[in-house]
Amino acid sequence: MKIAVCIKQVVTREWQLRVNDAKTWIRDQDASFELNEPDAYALEEALRLKEKHTGEVVVCSAGPARSAQVVREALARGADRAIHVESDALATADAFTVADVLAGAIRDEKFDLVLTGLQSDDQGFGQVGVVLAEKLGMPHATIIMEVQASPSTGSGQGALRVKRELEGGWFQWVTLPLPALLTIQSGINQLRYATLKGIMAAKKKEIRKVAPASSGEPSQRIVSVYFPEKGKKTQMLPGTAAEAARELVKRLREEARAI
Amino acid sequence: MILVIAEQRGGKLNRATWETVAAAQQAGSPITIVVPGSGVDAVATEIAAAEAAEVIIVDSPALAEYTADGYVTALAAVIGEVTPDLVFLPHTYQTRDFAPALAARIGRALITDVTAIKKDGNSIAFVRPVFQGKLNADVQPAGPAPHLVTCQIGAFRADSAKTGSSAAQTRKSSVSVDASAIRQKPEAPFKETKQAVDLSQAERIVSVGRGIKGQEHLKIAQDLAAALGAEIAASRPICDAGWLPMDRQIGSSGQTVAPKLYVALGISGAIQHLVGMKGSKTIVAVNKDPEAPIFEIADYGIAGDLFEVVPALIAELNK
Repeated sequence: MKIAVCIKQVVTREWQLRVNDAKTWIRDQDASFELNEPDAYALEEALRLKEKHTGEVVVCSAGPARSAQVVREALARGADRAIHVESDALATADAFTVADVLAGAIRDEKFDLVLTGLQSDDQGFGQVGVVLAEKLGMPHATIIMEVQASPSTGSGQGALRVKRELEGGWFQWVTLPLPALLTIQSGINQLRYATLKGIMAAKKKEIRKVAPASSGEPSQRIVSVYFPEKGKKTQMLPGTAAEAARELVKRLREEARAI
Repeated sequence: MILVIAEQRGGKLNRATWETVAAAQQAGSPITIVVPGSGVDAVATEIAAAEAAEVIIVDSPALAEYTADGYVTALAAVIGEVTPDLVFLPHTYQTRDFAPALAARIGRALITDVTAIKKDGNSIAFVRPVFQGKLNADVQPAGPAPHLVTCQIGAFRADSAKTGSSAAQTRKSSVSVDASAIRQKPEAPFKETKQAVDLSQAERIVSVGRGIKGQEHLKIAQDLAAALGAEIAASRPICDAGWLPMDRQIGSSGQTVAPKLYVALGISGAIQHLVGMKGSKTIVAVNKDPEAPIFEIADYGIAGDLFEVVPALIAELNK
């Protein structure tokens, strides 16, 4: 199977967010970055499918030059090659723009399967995968917790049977023909990390850089970003750990009567 | 006109639809509600209680089971027919599965996970969380109408939806769906093996998140739970990592709880977690990041290192 995995570089969860002067995005010049977590699960699933069915895993990312960090990491974990749609403007692009440039960059590759994480940790649109499927004319299924693949053979079209997560502990199996696109839920598998051997091997792997093909108008625009207002009722308990703990236990007993 | 897309499964209305009606009424009027499915007259009658110009039923055997292809085809046709200014949907897993494809099919903007609407004259902005709820963004759609908007579950109050003086007029749409063109073949929904623990019955819960850092540190949370007479639970990443079993997970994909006391240790408060526990009577949050969203819904907050605070709490409780 020829599998594409779409990944995104996002700021690390630990990084203390700061809003830029225009209040339209974060000030990320001094931020640290990492692979978007759901995308890491998508990559792992692709590597497992390749191990089972043979084929190729191509990692695809649409982002600024710094995104090369996560592209190299994906290669070190075992992807065979990479396509990097590189443009500074993609750092804050809307979902339609990202899906558009990804579709332009991968359409001619004729992938059997395209995987993405279910959403990004920064913008959190939850749209790029499904929009990409529509643009590539592929069927899709989202929030996937298990993948059973029957790759195409000489005589027949390939198919997938996938386990979709529904709400409140419900699941559903869905069958769809290949080629197809899936958005992968975190926790579908146990992640592997790059080995030294993998990191060395990644240096020889191809990263094809492409300019974004479309310069279409964005479908939405951020007017401002800001920290949410704290609920006024929250009582923050100051002091040392021991002081705060003493105060909390007192209030839980006397005020909230919760213990 | 604002079109609301109702959600139902097996002829049962998803309550989140009422929240979406409330949000749409807040954005403008009149509203029209569309109910896709098969044999959904009762659902249409139920939602027709809302103050709405009309309820449209799209009834087709091809829509009996939800599929992305079926819904995109049917709803693209309805939108083309009634030409709304805005289309509102509940931000459920089902909507997340088809709405981006619907927006792409009709070439219109989609703003997801909206928590509030800001109107200023003719201008409208939608508030949505970014960076997992650590920041809010005011967003405006671009391009021609209609713009699609999905409403975060719990962000708008279902009981604030206005009802009409009489039931809204109901009609059947002539839109038809070709079942043979649907590529997804769904099987019946199921639950995994019966949950071993029913956390919804627990009086007190101590819940751990990423801040616990490693499985070997779970013991201090378990010790606190023992001191409080509480059950232990976790946010999704902890269960994903296998540190606690999946049936201990609180949130949109796990259990929903409303105990007397909920203690969140090292949980930042992503919305997927909050929806599962925000009904708790008293919420305590311990997190080293004072900006963590969990503090927005906590009654008592300690911005500090849980590895110092939790032992101090255990000592205090055992005094």
